[in-house]
Amino acid sequence: MKHLIAKSGDIAEGGRIVRDVAATTVGVFRVAGQLYAYENTCPHQGGPVCQGLLIPRVEEKLNAARGAEGFRFDETDPRLVCPWHGFEFSLTTGCHPGSAEIRLTAFEVTEEGGMVYVGV
Amino acid sequence: MSEFEFSSGDYREPQITIHSDTREILANARRDIDRYKLHDYFIVDADSHHVELDSWSEILEYIEDPVLRRSGKSMAEIWPNAKNLALSNHPPGLTMQDVGGRIPHQAQLAERVESVAGEPRDLTLVRRAMESMGIAMQIVFPQPMLEIGLHPNPDIENQLIWAYNRWFTERILAQEPRVKSMLALPFNSPEGCLKTIREFGEKPGVVGFLITSQRQAPLFKNEYMPVYRELEERGLPFGFHAGPDYSVGKQMNRFLSVHAMSFVTCNMVHLTNWIINGLPERFPKLKTVWIESGLAWLPFMMQRLDHEYLMRQSEAPLLKRLPSEYMQEMFYTSQPMEATNMKLLESTMEAIHAETQLLYASDWPHWDFDVPGKIAGLPFLSETAKRNILGENARRVFRL
Ligand code: FES
Repeated sequence: MKHLIAKSGDIAEGGRIVRDVAATTVGVFRVAGQLYAYENTCPHQGGPVCQGLLIPRVEEKLNAARGAEGFRFDETDPRLVCPWHGFEFSLTTGCHPGSAEIRLTAFEVTEEGGMVYVGV
Repeated sequence: MSEFEFSSGDYREPQITIHSDTREILANARRDIDRYKLHDYFIVDADSHHVELDSWSEILEYIEDPVLRRSGKSMAEIWPNAKNLALSNHPPGLTMQDVGGRIPHQAQLAERVESVAGEPRDLTLVRRAMESMGIAMQIVFPQPMLEIGLHPNPDIENQLIWAYNRWFTERILAQEPRVKSMLALPFNSPEGCLKTIREFGEKPGVVGFLITSQRQAPLFKNEYMPVYRELEERGLPFGFHAGPDYSVGKQMNRFLSVHAMSFVTCNMVHLTNWIINGLPERFPKLKTVWIESGLAWLPFMMQRLDHEYLMRQSEAPLLKRLPSEYMQEMFYTSQPMEATNMKLLESTMEAIHAETQLLYASDWPHWDFDVPGKIAGLPFLSETAKRNILGENARRVFRL
């Protein structure tokens, strides 16, 4: 079923809303102009993953000799981190970087006429 | 436009921070109460924590030695940032537990708490967590004080343990019958241990004693035998609470590595000493509880010790059975329950006789806490096993 969850203006770039919808809770995020909607239930122990920190992926740079040159942020890959225990999910795919089988439940999200809808 | 429904659902906090209410952080755990019918179970949380440093100025008042008390209060007053740390050995690595701010409840629970009749705010926080997870009774421990065995000054260690035990029994345990604890022993002083057991052993809420496992303690030394006998005679269980030690970090560069190893290696050492020196034979009625090392180390220890014992029996002449058989009579807290391979977890539970020996533990509010639903949702456990692990085993061990 399609639910009107927010006005477009309620979800600014880089922002989100987390709201009870039907029998569950949904987080809708707008990042780089794109909307993403996930269930607020982490596949690990059911934590409120959509209420976690959004932070870029951390990558470890290696030099030509394969020596480690430290950590840096990859600003092109935003990560949603579950606040219960830190499982981290790529916002764009909903997958845990260590295992594609550990993934968020995604919902279809559409924006029409200044309104945001999710299919739950 | 296709048909749609207006959502009238509640808005949730967009992001959980250190200021979020425990009940909001654990709102999803509350859903497990209905899902697994947790109210039908008697749930005991055998390992959880409060933040003693928030009450540090009160605890310093309980130091008995007047000179040390004066020094501690002075340190708290005039040193920048020592208000919540004076005299303690708070290890710097502990502040890395929240994965750089990704797990806020590990850093602090800075939520609003209305003062209830002068109670420490921690008591309100403990009640909020219990209510959110459907827990009937919670065994509560401190946090940095669990590193006290690494304190450079054994006299200060003894004084702080005594002060904390006095404060905790008076200010927390005496106020809330659903909160229990195993109190730390000043393990560098066998006489101090005996004094502690005799002073606090019958206080309301005291269900046993423990050693903080991060310490260089040869627990097989003869001086400790009266301590074990005292506990055995009183029917009080003896715990070993694990903790991290950054000194292993001299060979490790990530907190992940330090945490994964040092929370286990400390108890591996004590458990090996305990069994190989025949302490289960010397004190057959003394129940030991191994706390916060998880479960995955146990089948390793069983196999490793059995393997070596069979070849070197003359070095462990007090044993009448295999080390693993003694281990099957010990008790273990469940958290952090490694559950990435269900087959291995099932075999582990079988090996340790989990149905009668395992005690559910949350470890809340730590970053790797486990909700009761983690046990209730295990597909291979019988209903009786779930009931026992979630609370009935604890009821028996701690005589609740
Ligand atoms: S519940 Fe999300 S990381 Fe554990």
